[in-house]
Amino acid sequence: MGVDMKVVVNFDLCESNAVCMGIAPEVFEVRDDDFLYILQEEPAEELRGKVEEAARRCPKQAITVED
Amino acid sequence: MAPILVVGASLAGLSALDALRTAGHDGEVIVVDAAPELPSDRPPLSKQVLAGTMEPEAAHQPLANRLAELDAEIRFSTSATALDAATRTVTFADGTAITAEGIVLAMGASPRRLPGGELAGVHVVRTLADSLALRRDLTASPNRVAVIGAGFIGAEVAATCRGLGLEVTMIEAAPVPMVRVLPSAIGGFVADVHRDHGVDVRLGVGVSGLLADGDRVRGVELADGSVIDADVVVVGIGVVPSVDWLEGSGVPVGNGITCDETCLAAPGIVAAGDVAEWFNPHFGERMRVEQWEHAIEHGAAAGRRLLAGDDGEPFGSVPWFWSDQYDRKLQMAGRPAADDEVVMLDGTVEERRFVAGFRRGDRCTGVLGVNRPRHAIQARMRLVESLNWAPIRDLFT
Repeated sequence: MGVDMKVVVNFDLCESNAVCMGIAPEVFEVRDDDFLYILQEEPAEELRGKVEEAARRCPKQAITVED
Repeated sequence: MAPILVVGASLAGLSALDALRTAGHDGEVIVVDAAPELPSDRPPLSKQVLAGTMEPEAAHQPLANRLAELDAEIRFSTSATALDAATRTVTFADGTAITAEGIVLAMGASPRRLPGGELAGVHVVRTLADSLALRRDLTASPNRVAVIGAGFIGAEVAATCRGLGLEVTMIEAAPVPMVRVLPSAIGGFVADVHRDHGVDVRLGVGVSGLLADGDRVRGVELADGSVIDADVVVVGIGVVPSVDWLEGSGVPVGNGITCDETCLAAPGIVAAGDVAEWFNPHFGERMRVEQWEHAIEHGAAAGRRLLAGDDGEPFGSVPWFWSDQYDRKLQMAGRPAADDEVVMLDGTVEERRFVAGFRRGDRCTGVLGVNRPRHAIQARMRLVESLNWAPIRDLFT
């Protein structure tokens, strides 16, 4: 069981496109200041599919999921 | 068992491969591409790579780092020349052929060119090599860059050139920029942003020809008789789906490959990405979408479809794109028509930061955010649920 999933965002690459928020709003939030906030750095395992999809679709490839 | 053959190793093709493996398909998959190496990620080619702020090798596709685990045989410099849909046999330029259990057609598209396109100094931007060749010409201090076409490529290249301090003229035959994706009533905003940044924007005028000095371009002649002196010319007038080789194959071709609502073009043959037109049930219309995220989503749907036999799921989608021009980030969800009504939902065009909704009757056909990523994505999430206008309007009241 990979219960220790950790979401890492490279903020040098992140451009607040907010695509991740559209896929996994439980984990990613772009606020009115246009910055991305990570709501849960170690989300529950049931969010893995969404988080990995967000990583895949990030236009800047700024998201990695570490185990 | 015969292999699954994926034709095209760009976003849509590799996403199809990824979907096949994710769905548990462990049979042989062969991916072919006409290019000599893995196609790069394309969005940076008109922006960061062209500007010199991203190393070319950093412009790799999202799945490039995971290719090994996707366990496919990848053959580059392999051009497909013929397909027989009845037997699912693809023949290649070297005379070899593969008969496949299933085929994913994801060849993409190639840029339209103008007569005179072979002159030195004339460029298109589709591949990494194209972008690097243009960059070489831009770093040689040209007097003026003429950008023909104000779509994604033209508008982004114009912005990048201004960022490099170059003089730019952007020429568009339509009355407003980005006519193929934005309603005309909002396109003027894009022209204004470019004018703000010092671009000489010429709208509503076609190009009658390229002017040469020997084998090198020296300018562009416009349909109104005026001449733009330019030693670099970038042609961004759209792309043509790469379907020539499918003539007589049994796969229907019109505006690209004609697919049903499940991405199926013929039994055991699916198509995805720039090359494929399909019936999008979410909008109730046929569309062919040339956008980055669409290629990922469409490729994955096509891959899954191949494994579904007679039981394919419809692929409903809200297309999504972004375009970075200067310090403005345009993000749009949906697929508006040119004459859809434009409703300002938040902000104003004057402050260059707004959300605009596009409306046709009770339906919201799209939402454009300019430097409004949070709102653009929220609107997109609602559009994925339904295209009703009211929930979109309510998001902003």
